[in-house]
Amino acid sequence: MSANMKRRVGPGQAKPVLKVQDLAVHYQLEQGGLLRSETVPLRAVDGMSFELYRGETLGVVGESGCGKSTLARALLGLVRPRRGRVLWLGQDLTQLDEKALRKKRKEIQIIFQDPLASLNPRMTVGDIIAEPLWTFYPKIARVQVEERVRGMMKMVGLLPNQINRYPHEFSGGQCQRIGIARALVLNPQLIICDEPVSALDVSIQAQIINLLRDLQRKLRLSLLFIAHDLAVVRHISDRVMVMYLGRAMEVASADALYRRPLHPYTSALVKAVPIPDPALARQPVDTGLTGDMPSPLNPPAGCVFHTRCPYAVKRCQLEVPPLRRLEHGDWVACHRAEELDLTIVKRPSSTV
Amino acid sequence: MKSAEPAALDAFEAALTLGDVKGRSPWEDAWHRLLKNRAAVISALLMGMMILVVIFGPMLSPWDLDYTDWDHTNSPPSLANGHWFGTDAVGRDILVRTLQGGRISLLVGVVATLVSLLIGVTYGAIAGYYGGVTDRIMMRLVDIIYALPFMFFVILLMVVFGRHIVLIFVAIGAVNWLDMARIVRGQTLGLKRMEYVEAARACGVENRDIIRRHIVPNLLGVVMVYVTLTIPQVILVESFLSFLGLGVQEPMSSWGALVNDGAQDMESAPWTLVFPAAMLTITLYCFNYIGDGLRDALDPKDRL
Repeated sequence: MSANMKRRVGPGQAKPVLKVQDLAVHYQLEQGGLLRSETVPLRAVDGMSFELYRGETLGVVGESGCGKSTLARALLGLVRPRRGRVLWLGQDLTQLDEKALRKKRKEIQIIFQDPLASLNPRMTVGDIIAEPLWTFYPKIARVQVEERVRGMMKMVGLLPNQINRYPHEFSGGQCQRIGIARALVLNPQLIICDEPVSALDVSIQAQIINLLRDLQRKLRLSLLFIAHDLAVVRHISDRVMVMYLGRAMEVASADALYRRPLHPYTSALVKAVPIPDPALARQPVDTGLTGDMPSPLNPPAGCVFHTRCPYAVKRCQLEVPPLRRLEHGDWVACHRAEELDLTIVKRPSSTV
Repeated sequence: MKSAEPAALDAFEAALTLGDVKGRSPWEDAWHRLLKNRAAVISALLMGMMILVVIFGPMLSPWDLDYTDWDHTNSPPSLANGHWFGTDAVGRDILVRTLQGGRISLLVGVVATLVSLLIGVTYGAIAGYYGGVTDRIMMRLVDIIYALPFMFFVILLMVVFGRHIVLIFVAIGAVNWLDMARIVRGQTLGLKRMEYVEAARACGVENRDIIRRHIVPNLLGVVMVYVTLTIPQVILVESFLSFLGLGVQEPMSSWGALVNDGAQDMESAPWTLVFPAAMLTITLYCFNYIGDGLRDALDPKDRL
């Protein structure tokens, strides 16, 4: 099975480096008039649990607004969670104060979606990549910093002699490489990629993905790879987590997830992937989904997906399905996971 | 990377040995754009000349600021008697007085603006970056000071401390930084959501370094434009104060004070009004053109 070949490490073989338990992030929104305002919680992330192993890539997919980016920021400690635990190498990051958390930032880094916006336009590339070094090693010699920065630039495929250039003098793909170099300069163990390729051209996407994969192998990094492009996620991930309305719907190995989804929502997502074949693309695709995602200000009771689920029954409206482990090791949050057979029938297609 | 052609790899290797390429910062780009703006360049040159003349002119003139030439009172402009801009009712040379007045006016403009720049940028950046309760308290304080009537404030200062040139700096600076703080706060609110600020936070950079390295340099474009538009505004405010008799004291003068004096003799001796008024107007125009040019040059929409 190709799934096993692809998986280099995974559950059962080691202790996870990152363990997230019942993580919830609520934003307090102010609503109301001039004098009387009420705060309403927006449940961006609402009770997520998962594990991440050393050297593993966990893909995270979901529609816009399902809480993917909030999850990333919560793991980094950029937003404070309302409840839950983020265990990094056994230590709960949510309990650390600002100062202790800052030290941990050396080990967890992030790559952003918009390559140009994530680089300060007034700083040279060398200064941008060196900033984490100055922050953590203020006494380090200038020459050493520069040497390290040049090394990083070479590693991510940038010419080191461009060290004095400014971000606006680079293309989108090059800017993303600068962002990757900045994330790697401190030798982190986990990199959170928040839609790192969605702002890039398709041909550049492949370059960046391959670069990330090569670097991951070389440096034994763990990646949390957030995206809304299922094809990209499948290509890079060992396991994939599907998010909906701030909750995990399914966590499964990449290949299994695409061949035989366990959750009706996953199945709808996979069916909606565009096919690069004009003849097939013209045929209407029935994903079984209707309507929009409900507002996270007022999520449905029971299973959050029941309002759009074609298989919903009475029980789904009343009971919240927990994320539970099935026999073959994948996780799903659906009452009817065992009864439903959602195997994707591959439409005849020339490519993919 | 694996898919790269061998030739491309060779080229990459070869390029590795080349010397460092010099980058061109957004500031340099803006500078080049500014140089292409004729009105701004001419204004800047005029302003430069004005500043030189105002500083060195009085030293070169044979007349003293408070010398009264009893032989030529109320003299119209004349090359023959050496009073090129004429004299006033007590025989003081208008040229020297205008240049001397220019020193004070420009000094007030620049110093008061710098004061407001320093306070306003720091205050606004802190309020905007920290947000929340800090922001609310700081900005409400600005509102309160803003609500004080300016003239009342100035008169109060004069009454308590007596008339002094420093008080004009203080009074104008104390009011002008409020606008600057508001503008800077607004900009900071936008900037702090930028991903590079978040990246810096994710790297563990401390707040004051983020403000210093990431927020303030990116504010400076807007701030610089505002500064060039504030200087003429401050000069006008000073003129207004002097016009009301609350400004500088004789024998010192400023353009505003001179215009005030001139306006009283407008019918009998128009030259006492025309020359200081012309200098003041030229300066205001120049600053406005420079400000306009800067705004065009620094416009972020042009950057890419």
